[in-house]
Amino acid sequence: MANLLADEGRQLLLGNEAITRGLIEAGAGFASTYPGTPSSEVGNLLEKISSDAGIYFEFSTNEKVAMEVSAAAASSGVRSFVFMKHVGLNVAADPMMTLAYAGIRGGMLIMSADDPSCHSSQNEQDNRYYSMLALLPMMEPSTPQEAKEMVKEAYRVSEELTLPLIFRTTTRVNHARGVVELGPKATPKTKGHFDKDVARFVNIPAYAKQNRVRLLDLYKKAQELSEASPCNFIEGEGEIGIITSGVSYTYVKEFVSDASILKLGFTNPLPERKIADFIKGKKAIIVVEELEPFLEDQVLRICAQNSLSVPVYGKRTGHLPRQWEFSPDTLAGIRELVKVEEFRQPMKKVEVALPSRPPTLCAGCPHRGMFAAAKKAAGNTDVIYCSDIGCYTLGVQPPFKAADFIICMGGGAGAAGGFAQSTDQKPIAFMGDSTFFHAGIPPMINALFNNHKVVIVVLDNRTTAMTGHQPNPGTGRDFGGVSTEAIDIKKLVEGVGVKFVREINPYDVKGATKVMKEAIEFDGVAVVISKCPCPLELKKQKQLVIRAVDVDQNKCVKCYNCVRTIACPALFKGKEGGISTDPTQCIGCGMCANVCPSGAIEVRQ
Amino acid sequence: MKYTVQIVGVGGQGVLLASMVLGNAAMGMGYKVAMSEVHGMAQRGGSVLSTLRFGDDVISPLEANGSANLIMGFEPAETCRNLTLGNKDSVILMNLDPVLPSMVAAGFEEYPEIDSLVNAVKEQNSNLYTIDATKIAIEAGKAVAANAVMIGAVAAVKGFPIPKDVLLASLIEQVPEKFRELNAKAFEMGYSAIA
Repeated sequence: MANLLADEGRQLLLGNEAITRGLIEAGAGFASTYPGTPSSEVGNLLEKISSDAGIYFEFSTNEKVAMEVSAAAASSGVRSFVFMKHVGLNVAADPMMTLAYAGIRGGMLIMSADDPSCHSSQNEQDNRYYSMLALLPMMEPSTPQEAKEMVKEAYRVSEELTLPLIFRTTTRVNHARGVVELGPKATPKTKGHFDKDVARFVNIPAYAKQNRVRLLDLYKKAQELSEASPCNFIEGEGEIGIITSGVSYTYVKEFVSDASILKLGFTNPLPERKIADFIKGKKAIIVVEELEPFLEDQVLRICAQNSLSVPVYGKRTGHLPRQWEFSPDTLAGIRELVKVEEFRQPMKKVEVALPSRPPTLCAGCPHRGMFAAAKKAAGNTDVIYCSDIGCYTLGVQPPFKAADFIICMGGGAGAAGGFAQSTDQKPIAFMGDSTFFHAGIPPMINALFNNHKVVIVVLDNRTTAMTGHQPNPGTGRDFGGVSTEAIDIKKLVEGVGVKFVREINPYDVKGATKVMKEAIEFDGVAVVISKCPCPLELKKQKQLVIRAVDVDQNKCVKCYNCVRTIACPALFKGKEGGISTDPTQCIGCGMCANVCPSGAIEVRQ
Repeated sequence: MKYTVQIVGVGGQGVLLASMVLGNAAMGMGYKVAMSEVHGMAQRGGSVLSTLRFGDDVISPLEANGSANLIMGFEPAETCRNLTLGNKDSVILMNLDPVLPSMVAAGFEEYPEIDSLVNAVKEQNSNLYTIDATKIAIEAGKAVAANAVMIGAVAAVKGFPIPKDVLLASLIEQVPEKFRELNAKAFEMGYSAIA
């Protein structure tokens, strides 16, 4: 196991572990996040070690708030770190855009963990453009070791510029693992003082106009820092030049020979003179980067401005794809331009039909019961399932098919209001407890305010499950020397004036179905809170009580209602066609027993 | 020297732990190590792939399709699903004990005959080692030790560059103290099954 508080040594660290160690070596004193893959491990690590490391850390209610608390810390002279997945930065973009005008005093890094290939995301947006939009400096590491070192360099640059710096990673950096040499730990400064400066920190139009000029001046200064940055360097010689950054550099470095590489780590603003000098005298330039032609288009501009007529190959020429993450195989696209290692001929796909194995809701997952209840209650009613971001996104799969519309955090409930108004269909929105606090409350209030007749189901499993079980306002916190009480969702919903509020136990599928029927028929905003802790979280807390389940094969009528409605992975069809439970997976939640029409399934108490 | 292991299986089988054991052993031998893991949504009972590369000069966390030296298959269907990671000369270690996907368990999909899966590999590759890792682990004391059986078995396959004692030491270091005896036993049984 990684020991991120060790004084020295070499460890095999995940990119996210290396970044966390980088915070310790840089003396960061404040960190905030809303969990999102591929950045989540940093939060889970800080939850465990922030006390011992002397860093203040919090899971904020959403990315916007995370940005704001870290901005305040950095404005007070404390080195802060705010981190999130790429789509999280959309939520946090509002404060970031004006924070750039105000700037900061202690160093501030904004980690945007992008997810090319959408391993666990709803899109693969390229957040490098945020650095251009906000006029903020940006750095991008390629490996875990470099990520750790770059955190320290990034704080230095951020402080020199008095600007927050976007620290942009991708899944294959966050979730890569490599040998990391630990450096000396720094003593974090956790308290500062906010020295008032209205002209900087209060961006009313008169000041904002001036701060825009200040920011443009700082951007010029950033360009000079980029020109001189040790993060931008040239390796090897050749007539062909390759310009690359991030994980793409590792593919080029290892599998391409006979080329000179300009590896860019300080990627906004770009070191334009360095790039122009690199291009001069080359026969051709290839830009190797994932997603959008962010570097490539700027390289083309730099060529034009410097009257360099060197051909530039990449996405614009169709040699490299714009979609999905790269791998060594992607380099096949530039084989006609440069020497790429010959890869072995892969074996053929097998002809045997293989069973599908998508990620699925766990055995005993309470969401199963709630989906079953909603489906049963809806019957033939024309409903639209507006789902959201979390484990329950998996409800899109059969047999539930309980997701018709998903865009973003809190987006399901918002869209539900629109569907209620613009169609004659009945919208049912699902969202988790953490999503409720993140972005679910405003759309609920919107529905009340505008009289949208929607059903909102809060799947309160007492944790932020999908990203690795982080606490949220609905659970309260108890780490890092801070304890707070849980916020009661039911009271909150009643407090804003929702007339139909019911709390149900999703393991009682029949009871939940009855409540869902009432909710669907209710003429107004109905909120159903499905309250049941995530069994995985209980298991982690060593609080999971597992009950044995017996299936009486004489009573099983082979109707398969249990597998059709609950579809729990602990249920299996035996050789004789009767249903049995797999004791290695079954937790004895009783959902299958609850829906069994013949009473064949019994949970031992 | 460069060596790539593609470890494939199902979430919960200990694929990540196995990759950590092999990776730490490689680091201990002074090799450079580059790995890539699947986290997040993919872990919810879905297919899992972990790439481990080590050698004198590796930096890329991913390997080209077909270029794996070794495919370590924790589950037979997953081994076949990921066969394109290797070539006809790759070494393949395949656990024959299946983990049934929920749609199969519930009777909505069929799991192929194990023999048909083994034959599908054999048709293209003559370096296949098969093992009943889960059964051996149960014999050793607990089904969860199947990953230790697999690690022991890897130590015995043709051309694997990390010696047995280094792998065992790395395994012991990675598991909690109370499970060390079980894991060491499972490791030895895995080794004997192949050697």
